[in-house]
This record gives sequence, C-alpha cells and structure tokens, in this order.
Amino acid sequence: MSDGIFRAAGVATMTRSAAVMSHKYARAGLVALGIALASSSAYADKASDTLSVAFTKELESVDSYFNSAREGVVLQRAIWDGLIYRDPKTSEYIGNLATSWKWVDDTTLELELRKGVKFHNGEDFDADDVVYTIEFVTNPANGAKTQRNVNWMKNAEKVDQYTVRIHTAGPFPAALEFLSGPVSMYPNEYYAKVGPSGMGVEPVGTGPYKVVKVEPGKHFVLEANENYFDGPKSKAKIGKIDIRTIPDINTQLAELMSGSIDFIWQLPADQAEQLALMDKFTVANESTMRIGYLTMDAIGHSKAGGPFSHQKVRQAVSHAVDRQTIVDSLLKGASKVVHSACFPSQFGCTGDVATYDYNPEKAKQLLVEAGYPDGFTVDLYAYRDPNYAQAISSYLTAVGIKANVRMLQYSALREQQMKGEVPFSLQSWASYSVNDASAIVSEFFKFGALDEAHDEEVKGWLDVADSSTDPEKRKEYYAKALNKIAEQAYWLPLFSYNANYIFTKEVSYQPTPDEVLRFVEMSWN
Amino acid sequence: MLVFAFKRLGLAILVALTVSVLSFGLLFLSGDPATAVAGEGATETDIEAISAFYGFDRPFIVQYGEWLWNAMRGDFGQSYYFQIPVASLIADRLTITMTLGVCAIIFALVIAIPLGVAAAVRPNSIVDRTALFVSVLGQAMPSFWFGLLLIVLFSIKLGWLAPSGTQNWHNFIMPTVVLGYYAMPAIMRLTRAGMLEVLHADYIRTARAKGAGEWRVLFKHALRNAIIPVVSLAAVQMGFMLGGSIVVESIFALHGAGYLAWESIARNDLPTVQALILIFSMFYIAFTFLSDLLNAWLDPRMRVA
Repeated sequence: MSDGIFRAAGVATMTRSAAVMSHKYARAGLVALGIALASSSAYADKASDTLSVAFTKELESVDSYFNSAREGVVLQRAIWDGLIYRDPKTSEYIGNLATSWKWVDDTTLELELRKGVKFHNGEDFDADDVVYTIEFVTNPANGAKTQRNVNWMKNAEKVDQYTVRIHTAGPFPAALEFLSGPVSMYPNEYYAKVGPSGMGVEPVGTGPYKVVKVEPGKHFVLEANENYFDGPKSKAKIGKIDIRTIPDINTQLAELMSGSIDFIWQLPADQAEQLALMDKFTVANESTMRIGYLTMDAIGHSKAGGPFSHQKVRQAVSHAVDRQTIVDSLLKGASKVVHSACFPSQFGCTGDVATYDYNPEKAKQLLVEAGYPDGFTVDLYAYRDPNYAQAISSYLTAVGIKANVRMLQYSALREQQMKGEVPFSLQSWASYSVNDASAIVSEFFKFGALDEAHDEEVKGWLDVADSSTDPEKRKEYYAKALNKIAEQAYWLPLFSYNANYIFTKEVSYQPTPDEVLRFVEMSWN
Repeated sequence: MLVFAFKRLGLAILVALTVSVLSFGLLFLSGDPATAVAGEGATETDIEAISAFYGFDRPFIVQYGEWLWNAMRGDFGQSYYFQIPVASLIADRLTITMTLGVCAIIFALVIAIPLGVAAAVRPNSIVDRTALFVSVLGQAMPSFWFGLLLIVLFSIKLGWLAPSGTQNWHNFIMPTVVLGYYAMPAIMRLTRAGMLEVLHADYIRTARAKGAGEWRVLFKHALRNAIIPVVSLAAVQMGFMLGGSIVVESIFALHGAGYLAWESIARNDLPTVQALILIFSMFYIAFTFLSDLLNAWLDPRMRVA
C-alpha cells in the first residue's frame, strides 16, 4: 500500500523533470503557433477599467514584513506607504507619510508626519501607528521574515501626535533608503487586532490602491483608493487591478494572446524576442538590481591552501570568462557587464576599479605563475541559471580549469557555503532593491559566514563607510573597499540581470531598474 | 470478515504512521528549513532568529511528536510560507483537486469502459485497433503538451474556453480531459482483457444457450464480472489523480493540492507538506482498504489476511 505513495511521488517527479526539459521546445512551439493563430479578437479590458496581471510565483503573504518576494514588494508599494519616498527617476528623497525629517544625533531621526491621512479602513494615521509598526516589526519574537529590513531600528518614540523619533541600533546612513523602501506604516489598532495572518488576508494601508480580495497565493484584486492623499506617489489611474498567479509561463502567454491577461513580466529573453516580432504587444526590457558573480574561496574554507587561495588563480578565472559574450548571447536586453561588487546605481558603488578583460592566454600564464601549469579540477556550485554556469564552465575548461557544474536548491547551497564546503560558486544578489552599496558589499565582506575573503582592511573600510553620516566619506571608503576586492579578485562580478515586461498596447508603462511594478504609474492609452 | 477488516485497518494505520515519520525526516535532509523559510535575502542572524522562532533547533523527535499530537486533534499548525492555518489552506486547495480528480475519473471510465467492451467483442478488428491507437496515444503524449494543444485550439484559436483559472466550471473542462485521458488507457486495456477472458467462460456460453440477447450477455453477465479488477484499478488511479495532478494543475493554474504539495516541498513548508502527505496517504489507504473489503466481500477466498 505504501508502495503506491512512493510510486506516485516518483512518477510526479519524473513527469515534472521531463516537463522542464521539454518545456523549452514546447515554449518555442507555442510561441510559433501563437504567432500563426493570434486572432484579431482582443478583449479590451480598458472598457471595464480593469488591468489583469499574471504573477508566476505564489506569494506567501501580502503582509510585507512576512514575505521576501518580488511580488510582495509590488503589492506593498501599491497598498502601503513609507514615511519617505525615493523618486525612481531622480533617486531624490521626498516626504511621503512624513513631511520633513532631521538627524537629532547619529542614531536618532526625528520626523514630522503628514496630517489628515486615513487608512483604508478609516483609521487616522498618526505617531501611534508609526510607533506601533516599528515596535512590532523590530521585536524578533514577532518573527518578521525580512529581518535585515527592520533590525537596523532599535525602537520608535512618540514626541507628539504628529512627531516621532526613530532610534537606530547604531549609526545607519542608509536609514532614509530603508524608510522609503521596505518599511511601510501599518494601522496600529487594526494590526493589533488581526496580526500578520489577518493582515495577509485582509490588508489595510494608506496606499493608492486598497485590497478588495485576497485568495492566498493565487488571486489578488486591488481597487483605486479614491481618498488617497496628495503625496509624491501619483494617484491610481487604472480603476482595478486583478492579479492571478499562473505558474506556467506558456499558460501566461496563452492568456495574453487570448486577451484575458493584459500584463506579464519576467519572461525569458528568447520568448520576449519572438513576442516582439508579433507587434501585438509592447515588449519592454529594463535592467534589474540583481547582479551575478562568482565566489572563490580565498581563505581556504573548503580546502586549506586550495587553488583559490592564490590571487593569481582568482585573476586567471577573471580573465578566462568572456562576460560580454555571455551577456550578448544569453542575458541580452538591458544587461551589462559589471566590474565591481555592487550594482552601478547604488550609492557608493564605483566602476572605477581594476578590471579584467577576456584574455585566455593571460589566464593560462597566470595559472603557470601560480603553480598550476596543468590547471585543476573544481566543483562550480549554482542554484539558478544552469546555462550561465555551463557557459562559464566551458570558458574555464579552455584555460585548463575543469569546473564541474553542480546545481543545488538555494537553501542547500547556502547551508553548504556557510559550513565552508563550497570552493567556487555562481551566485546572484538583488540587494532587496536597496539603492545603497552597503546592501551588497557590506553584506558579504564583513566576516559573515558567506565572507570567503576575510580581509581585515576591507572590513575596516566598510565599517567606516557603513556608519559615517558624511556622504563623501562614505563614497571614499566604499571605493577603497571595492578597489581592493577587485584587485584581489575575491569575487568575479559578472553582469546585471534584466527583466522583460510584456503588456497590451492599450497600457502605457515605463519599467524601472528596481524591478518593482508600480501600478500607479500605469495608465490606459 | 470483521477480524479481517480490523487487521487491515491496523495495518493501514501503521502504514500511515510510517509514511509520516519518513516524510518528516526526509524534509530535513533537503536543506536547513530555517534557511528556506528565511528566503534568498536573509542574513545569518535572520536565519538564527527564525530557527529559534520556529523551534528548528530542538531535537527531531520532539518536533515530530508535537506535530503528531496536534495533527491527531485536527490542528496542522500554521503554514510557514503562507502564515495561515494549514487546515484552511488545504481545505481550499483540496476541493479543487477532488473536483478535478472525480471529474477526470468519471470522464476516463465513461470513455474507457465502452471502448474496452467494444474492443473485446471483436478482437483485432478495426474497432480494437482504433481503441489501441487512442490508448497508446494517451500514454505517449505528455500531459503538459496535450494541455497546451487544447489551450491553443480552444482558447486562442476558437476563443471558447479561458486558458486557466478556477472562476467557473468551464475552467475544469480542459484539465478534466487531459487528466482523464492519462488515466483512460489502463482502464480501457484492463476492461478489454477482462472481457476477453470472461467471454470465453462457460457461464457466458450458458447464457447465450438459454437465449439471452447479445446486449444482455455483454453488459449483465460479462461486464459485471470483468469489471471487478477495473474497480480496484480505478480506486488506485483516483488516488494517483489526487496527488499526481501537479503538471495539469500547474498548466491550467488550478492551484490544487497536488501543486501545493510540489511547491511546498520546494519551499520547505514543513507543516503543509506533512499535512498533505498525511492526507494523501489517508486517501490511498482508504481507497485500498475499501477495495480490499470489496474484493473480500465479493470473493470469500480473499478473506485470509
């Protein structure tokens, strides 16, 4: 009897992997068929003022402190507001739920709040809401999932009804960036009553869209908030947003072609190219803040005195991989090669560091100098993009480094790496869309379990840069750290990722590099 | 008969327990659950905090015991991923999967049994060959491909059916056909084989000899006997459809229990996976138990446990 269960599980797994393998061909076929069959019958949803959007991933919870997904950020920006707003075009900080702010000392930020703002349920917004939200999410016992978004705050204090002070755990210059990003304000009375699980099902915020329906993970309906305050985010121009989770990309395409979905995103490059040929949809491409990089075990966690403990071997790897060709033929779109360990738009990020051109001869020579004239064999670990890993592996083979690609689940790879069992890996990091270099370089080079450089000098510089309140000083010290990382080739930064956005020609939208869909910026043509 | 039933029931419960222990253990082997719960962006301190919060740092046996005790009282805990009670999450998803499973098995039976009978009446005729072709095609065609073909035809070209979703009953037509078609060939072949065997039996000759009409012979005398193994097979197929409709649920965006199980494994959502495995194994065990009883009732020789 039990046999049946295992058999079914086995069949399911096999079917799934067969499906994945054959999907590529099926997809190409479907697009081709679709092009041939796409009828002229477009069901205009403009008439009903409803934009239908597809998500690929089942979102865990709409409560933004209890999910770590891109889709969650998208909903968060529509439903809630932060105290501050960063203009996606100019990167300038503007008041949102706070109208002005000042640093009282290195760890105290005082904010004046906007008056007359109401939550979707009619509750008034004031200092009590700010204090309650911050106290709730910074308390580890409440289990907020994205701790790094909140644990820089120690607590909050009400000065009067419309003035609050936020006390940070230490000097934290990126505070404004976090207050304009992941930290949104919740209604204190409602949140106290329903908690995260209630908020996840019936979310209440101040934002430009209010939620009218949540079927956990699969269906979300938003409606324009008619009473939205006159703030830096514009008011909603589209009346209703209907979001369905459709896990299969082919089905999303079919929905798009049959006119029942108006907007999809994160489509692979090959399909986006073919859809662009149809000339029936707008195909937009924009860079994201995710960058790819190779980690090399410089301190010899995995093997004392292993090949990557030699700077010349790391430099040889850097010269061996033709990143531009990988970008041109695999990533395409708005992706670019990156040279330093951060995303170019981030505060403190500089591309003015030691660079490594594609030069296999030089790579071979460096290997000889390092004492590996015949190269060596190593496992290249990865958790996504097996095709990029294979491309990198074949470039390395060409200079004598035999890199066997090993694909693992993200959590398994991360765990092995923390235990110091990963000599070489292809990784990526999206910095949580935080536009500050600390969100990436300080995350990985300050002696954490994922730091495979353990460079005292780099750590010292990053400590200064992370806690200084002088922007120029911060830039200077990030530059020092990034320069040394590049010169030592602790990482090989590879490229920035990109995302495709496909939508009907009835919709007008300009995607932003932070890969956050902003429904308020969408309108009917 | 009662002793037999109790023995079988005891065995069934032991199997359910074994399955739950195994699944509980296997999940811990696939990676640290705290890392998976924390998600891609988490730092080490996040992971430690989460590990302590959910109690992953406690001994395995304590975690398992606590879960089992609560599960027996109908409390499967909170989904780590969705942050809502597992029971309510599964209730919603299971309704979809059961609807799909029942529709698909009915679809499969309604097509496969008459086809199997027709094939058996004239073996190696054109009817038999056609039925064979249809069943081979059903086994050979991957369901994701068949599903996409239906979508291209009925949604994109003809515009009759919505490609995906669960808004109304129309949404279940294509998934039912795809899933049912997958289950059909085995039922058809078994009906054919059973009928061929039975049609050569003495009592059929007797029935014919006493002048019973051909339809009466086929459906009253022959099929009633030939169908017994088919009922057992259908019960097993039904169990498979509840847990194994992952691909179909994914293509048609049905968000049923099969897809939930698959995704929950990838997300290390332990409470959901454990509850689902328990429920799926209960279905298997219940179906197998019922078919054991049914067979024993039909055939006393099988009452020896």
